[in-house]
Amino acid sequence: MEQRVVITGIGIYSCLGENLNEVLTSLKQGKSGIIYDETRKDFGYRSCLTGHVNIPDLKPFLSRRERIGMHEPAMFAYMSTMEAMKNAQLDVDFLEKTETGIIFGNDSTAGAVIETIDKVRERKDTTLIGSGDIFQNMNCTVNMNLSTIYKLKGINLSLSAACASGSHSIGLGYLLIKQGLQDRVVCGGAQETNLYAMASFDGLGAFSIRQDTPTKACRPFDRDRDGLVPSGGAATVIIESLESALKRNAPIYGEIIGYGFSSNGEHISNPNIDGQHRSLNMALKNAGISANEIDYVNAHATSTPIGDATEAEAIFDVLGGKVPVSSTKSMTGHECWMAGASEIVYSLLMMENNFIAPNINFENPDEHSAKINVVPTYKEHQIDCFLSNSFGFGGTNSSLIVKKFKK
Amino acid sequence: MNREEIIATTKRFLSEEFEIDQALIQPNNNLHKTLDLDSLDYVDLVVVIDENLGFKPTSDDFKSIQTFEDFYQLVEEKLALA
Repeated sequence: MEQRVVITGIGIYSCLGENLNEVLTSLKQGKSGIIYDETRKDFGYRSCLTGHVNIPDLKPFLSRRERIGMHEPAMFAYMSTMEAMKNAQLDVDFLEKTETGIIFGNDSTAGAVIETIDKVRERKDTTLIGSGDIFQNMNCTVNMNLSTIYKLKGINLSLSAACASGSHSIGLGYLLIKQGLQDRVVCGGAQETNLYAMASFDGLGAFSIRQDTPTKACRPFDRDRDGLVPSGGAATVIIESLESALKRNAPIYGEIIGYGFSSNGEHISNPNIDGQHRSLNMALKNAGISANEIDYVNAHATSTPIGDATEAEAIFDVLGGKVPVSSTKSMTGHECWMAGASEIVYSLLMMENNFIAPNINFENPDEHSAKINVVPTYKEHQIDCFLSNSFGFGGTNSSLIVKKFKK
Repeated sequence: MNREEIIATTKRFLSEEFEIDQALIQPNNNLHKTLDLDSLDYVDLVVVIDENLGFKPTSDDFKSIQTFEDFYQLVEEKLALA
């Protein structure tokens, strides 16, 4: 018998705030987390805009050995997971005795690798690198570190799917729980923010160069958008079978009812409307609902000319032109490997607090976004069911549908 | 480097690296147990000894050391050979 899958814990560490309360305030205020980073100019970046996230001090929380294998992705993920575990009412003693898995989205460790190789170049001796670097450098740094710290005994892996990593991590966890293979999975997404991580992406010319007004640069769906703004941090979404959640009297933030996915099988970076149609339709079919039951769409829309246009058309085709749509990337920038998970967190906060966070900087639609209902300012709105899109390089698409939990 | 300098330097870099109280680094205390070393920690011990004292200890060196006093003697021997 298929299990119902609910969300029992969420945590966030982003440029909008270092915890759920701070992020909720930012979402309501339409506050941007984008800054101009002077160090990128000296480094050779075309666009020096980025979401700003503080590097956390983990010494109060973890031992030396627990910290030594962590660089930005794992450090950010630890902060968001610490919050998620607390509000899920989970501790190590409980986790050690159960089968809780971890599937975390991450697709780079550039900063860590560069620092390691710099050490080797300087010292000319790999035995003088230190024991932590290998664990910082591997793409699976997040699940390696967190599964060790939290004594997790279930599935244990990282998921790399570019900018859909965070979303697919939740989708895969959902499938495992639905099929009864796991009771509980810590899902999420992490994204490093150092300047090594985004250099080659900047080299494509894909970032906004509206550098004189950083908070206005990221303008999903707006006619005058000129590119995305990179960002990062981490988000954690703990998902669980309803049976397990009820058994331990866990809080329930929402229920995942649909997961759709597809691959474009076409260009390595350009979006494809057919792929997005298939992802959206699969999510609706999996959820067993019709399009008009979606109360809000958290769009992927990154503020690129072609990306937002394609998604606007896909949303219009599948969901119609009335459903409210916003892209929280207008405030956060593109959180990349983290985005699919963080946008679930942002949408859950909206659902819990009956509002839609604004798609800021949406001043004029283009011919594509004019067809859909983009919400430019804070709006009170009851959300019983939302859909979140994430699309990534390589043509990977993911759509998740979450609804308010009702027994 | 004389013995006093070796002791002071060792206390500083070991307490910094392994985040322990310098007061625990006493000549007759067991180095391995005091620092609570696992297999990965020996990698880092090699790095900090090289950075601070200028030589890389081998696994045989570690096997020959029990106490901090043993370590100070090892350092003196290594520095004399340098």
